[in-house]
Amino acid sequence: MNIGEKKEMICINCPIGCVVTAEKTADGFIVTGNTCPRGEKYAISELTHPTRTLTTTVRVANREGAYLPVKTSAPISKEKLFDAMKALSTVTVNAPVEQGDVVLPAVCGESDIIATGSIK
Amino acid sequence: MKKCDIAIIGGGPAGMAAAVSAYDNGVKNILIIERDEGLGGILRQCIHNGFGLHRFGEELTGPEYADRYKKMVLEREIPYIVKTMVLGIEQGENGRHTVTAMNSESGVFTIDAGAVVLAMGCRERSRGQLNIPGERPAGVYTAGTAQRFINIKGEMPGKNVVILGSGDIGLIMARRMTLEGANVKVVCELMPYSGGLNRNIVQCLNDFDIPLRLSHTVSKIHGKERVEGVTVSEVDEHLRVIPEKSEYIECDTLLLSCGLLPENELTKGAGIELDRVTGGATVNQNRRTEQTGVYSCGNVLHVHDLVDYVSEEAELAGKSAAEFVKAGCKEPEYVRRLAVIATGGVRYTVPQRVDVTENPDDIKIYFRVGAVMENVRVRVSCGEKELLLQKKRKVAPGEMEFVRIKGEQLTECDGDITVEIVK
Repeated sequence: MNIGEKKEMICINCPIGCVVTAEKTADGFIVTGNTCPRGEKYAISELTHPTRTLTTTVRVANREGAYLPVKTSAPISKEKLFDAMKALSTVTVNAPVEQGDVVLPAVCGESDIIATGSIK
Repeated sequence: MKKCDIAIIGGGPAGMAAAVSAYDNGVKNILIIERDEGLGGILRQCIHNGFGLHRFGEELTGPEYADRYKKMVLEREIPYIVKTMVLGIEQGENGRHTVTAMNSESGVFTIDAGAVVLAMGCRERSRGQLNIPGERPAGVYTAGTAQRFINIKGEMPGKNVVILGSGDIGLIMARRMTLEGANVKVVCELMPYSGGLNRNIVQCLNDFDIPLRLSHTVSKIHGKERVEGVTVSEVDEHLRVIPEKSEYIECDTLLLSCGLLPENELTKGAGIELDRVTGGATVNQNRRTEQTGVYSCGNVLHVHDLVDYVSEEAELAGKSAAEFVKAGCKEPEYVRRLAVIATGGVRYTVPQRVDVTENPDDIKIYFRVGAVMENVRVRVSCGEKELLLQKKRKVAPGEMEFVRIKGEQLTECDGDITVEIVK
């Protein structure tokens, strides 16, 4: 972005979905339209390094037909979503699993994949 | 016959929150009756994040949100039975109720309950209810069915997908199917605006370059054994298909995300009339239906956008049920009944009436509007008297709004309360 250039976007942090505007300045961005501090953080990250939380499932090897819901423990780079899905396609877990257990450490060199459900 | 003070029908987010609230308000003898294999309701299959920001101040996935409440139920040792279908509710003696249920272990059996909390949730509008012309091939699913297939069963329902309806479940499934390798070709929305949250349009469609066509619908389904394609057509301002503006799109799967309908067969069976707009019971500010001792909350009462609001409403219903039981299965002494009337752009309100006691508590009136409107005000009045005038930057049918009315204001009201949108 050039200095003075403005970009409008919808914040995805919460269901309100604020329309935030980020203006590029010499030393960063000026963000307006956000109703909380997370909106400013979102706008800047969206323009510099967009990230997303990935949620999916993995197979439970010792429980026939069972799947475990999982997520990234923190948002990962948006462009790595499909790589992470690929890495997870071959991952299986063995029950018992507790919510919060690490299923796959540092997916694509970023955050851990953790269980969001429990299987006894 | 089993006996309990409060029977809660449905073990989803509404049922669990109602149970916890009833327990915390002093009634321990509760029974939750759930037809699925475990507690949690539809949240079990909603593996995406975005739940709990209001309630817990953090972003949780569906299973995590459900687990928080499940833990609260287990900590309190509130009894629950699963794989059990409730068949009917009847009024019994002394303000009590008889709940008839069935499961594979006990067959048909009855439960003698003081109060009943209805928390059965809702269903998706199906192809039959949408009247989409064409053949009847395999490959037409509601978005929630596809969600269950993928997230619970680990099965992909198709590869090339068209989605009709831009409700949140449809948007979430567009992303989910894309991540799992399907090609989501387009999301069509009959209305000129999306029924889903803006955030979901950004992170489920825009992120994956999935086009959203507003004022478009599926006018025909093609394929004999399996869906081979659909005709997508633009609609005019009266939502009628414009035949000249139609296009054939090849696909093997059509997902429907065209609205949710409260599941109120039991409510109707109990002789409780339904609100024509919400499809749920009509309730007072305590979520009491027209029938003494029967309360309703969550998506069976009216469809919510956020589970956080479901929990809040269910807590109110659970508390009211507990108070009913503690009073010996009697309702509080009401001095006046005020109808709450939705008008001027407001489609419906919940509650639909306020039963005023001697010392009324503050109340929240939830409402939904009929169209997108910007820079408007919500006006709540009783006859000539204005109770509240509140600015809203934007209101939309997809987002539930609420206003607060103080208890002392209710004391002064002696007629219908009107909720409307004014310029």
